[in-house]
Amino acid sequence: MSLLELRDLSVTYAGDVPAVRGVSLSVAPGEVLGVAGESGCGKSTITNAVLRLLPKSATVGGSVLLDGEDVHGMSFGRLRAVRWATASIVFQGALHSLNAVRTIGRQIAEPILLHEPKTSRKAADLRVGELLEQVGLPARRARDYPHQLSGGQRQRVMIALALACRPRLVIADEPTTALDVMVQAQVLQLLSGLVKDLGLALVLISHDLSVLGTTCDRVAVMYAGKVVEEGPASVVFDDSRHPYSGALAGAFPRVGDPRFRYAPAGLAGDPPYPGDLPAGCPFHPRCPVAFDRCSEAEVELLDVGAGRRAACLRAGEAS
Amino acid sequence: MSALAARGVHVRFGAARAVDGVDLEIGSGEIVALVGESGCGKSSLARALLGLVRPVRGTVECADRPLDYRRLKEFRRHVQLVLQDPSGSLNPRHTVYEAVAEGLRIHKVPGDERELVAAALSKAGLRPPERFFLRYPHELSGGQRQRVVIAGALVLEPDVLVADEPVSSLDASVRGEILALLLRLRTELGLSLLVVTHDLGLAWNIADRVAVMYLGRIVETGDTARVLTSPRHPYTKALLSVVPEIARQDPIVLKGEAPDPSRIPAGCRFRPRCPAYAAGLPAELAERCEKETLPVLPADRGHHAACVLP
Repeated sequence: MSLLELRDLSVTYAGDVPAVRGVSLSVAPGEVLGVAGESGCGKSTITNAVLRLLPKSATVGGSVLLDGEDVHGMSFGRLRAVRWATASIVFQGALHSLNAVRTIGRQIAEPILLHEPKTSRKAADLRVGELLEQVGLPARRARDYPHQLSGGQRQRVMIALALACRPRLVIADEPTTALDVMVQAQVLQLLSGLVKDLGLALVLISHDLSVLGTTCDRVAVMYAGKVVEEGPASVVFDDSRHPYSGALAGAFPRVGDPRFRYAPAGLAGDPPYPGDLPAGCPFHPRCPVAFDRCSEAEVELLDVGAGRRAACLRAGEAS
Repeated sequence: MSALAARGVHVRFGAARAVDGVDLEIGSGEIVALVGESGCGKSSLARALLGLVRPVRGTVECADRPLDYRRLKEFRRHVQLVLQDPSGSLNPRHTVYEAVAEGLRIHKVPGDERELVAAALSKAGLRPPERFFLRYPHELSGGQRQRVVIAGALVLEPDVLVADEPVSSLDASVRGEILALLLRLRTELGLSLLVVTHDLGLAWNIADRVAVMYLGRIVETGDTARVLTSPRHPYTKALLSVVPEIARQDPIVLKGEAPDPSRIPAGCRFRPRCPAYAAGLPAELAERCEKETLPVLPADRGHHAACVLP
């Protein structure tokens, strides 16, 4: 059974700005789901919707089922219990998310002491040490302040923090952006290891489809608040059916492939502002293969075989 | 002829040997990628090449003449910088026109300012340029902002651009367009370009040559296609192996992070993290790794690696 299930989720911000427009996704324990997309596509809004962290002015439609229970129907007390203990988030920007004037040990202990008030200080410290070692840092670093750690180490601390209350679902929002390639590889290796060892369900959000292609089981590509393609990770990256996923995959070239030599692949134009979407398929103004019908009506996700879906009139055509 | 060159450049910040002996040339009309991780010294080297920090040893040459630090203003007309994050490098209270015209005013460039600004904006792909004159940075998309920054550099008609991570803060789909623009500037204006990046894909996309930097030194350099398809230095091999792709070799994930430039180890500076050394080498080679001080790699067009392994 899936641990997290989004059913036709929609989120509209104040001022009639639809950030998420009908997204259905699910993740099972031990599974890694990738969500790819660029700024403004709604991927971070989904993260916030899962733990009900959206501003009050946002209107939410559809449902978010965490272990079969609708998050948006929970009492506040129930929600508090679920946050961190069932599902937790590794927020974007590890460099700024930690409190600069408290040791990292105290920051990791905080959710533990809040969720299990009977825990003794000593037991909490022990657990902090365990968590730090789990993410590849020596337990003695608990006494350090954030500024004493490098970017990659701080990202490890953020992951330890997310694991503090033994959640079964972790959502990592751009966990490797702003990290060097080697540190990125270390963090991805760590996350994959945790999924295997702890049977976590992991949702990995990134604008880099090549990162998701190597780390995830399944990938959903979002554009303008909707999933435009979904399928097994490697095929979405290697043989995409939606021209937008193709462009995202091509944006990070395959080193050594002569097709990308002196030929950076990009798309003209910019991602649309969610409050002002083009008519028809929202991607059509930037689409290299658009034709007249694309501007008429929006295309729903179509089954294109082998566990894959794509929202494109041309998705059935061989690529 | 080289458009811009470093000859035996050393840059220090206190005890930190940020750049520890580098020879590098950017030929006229050439695109060179300077690749490395945070803290490897690549930005310090770029700053030295721009005359923003003075090397403690070695010289910077512009068009084969040593850089005269009393005439930096003149030098800056030839060598312009494109910064990483256009949201941070543009003044939010200046219009696009003011941002691009600023360089003209500082350098008191003769000619019609409006025409020069319009020409620079068109070269950077913002057309029709007049439509952008009165816009503020917050009204532009990330890609457009980066184009404004590039136009601000182009307006002085430089020979060389130094771009520090020119696309790392941009959306994936916009990135290719900016890289294509940089390639076009080379073809159409004959610009030379030094791109500082940690992104090997970017180097593969646009660079003629690549120089891989580690702990203050260039450890491998040569033609991009050669270095990236048959790397010789274990560090380059490891970096390439972690570029996320499907169906590639097993990633060689190095332990730890880039080490401290104030404590550069004796012998080969990469040895403490070198997978080849850790896997066990014949005693004779291992001893060379531990003791031999490797020479600075030459700035010529050949493929060189600072490694004693065959």
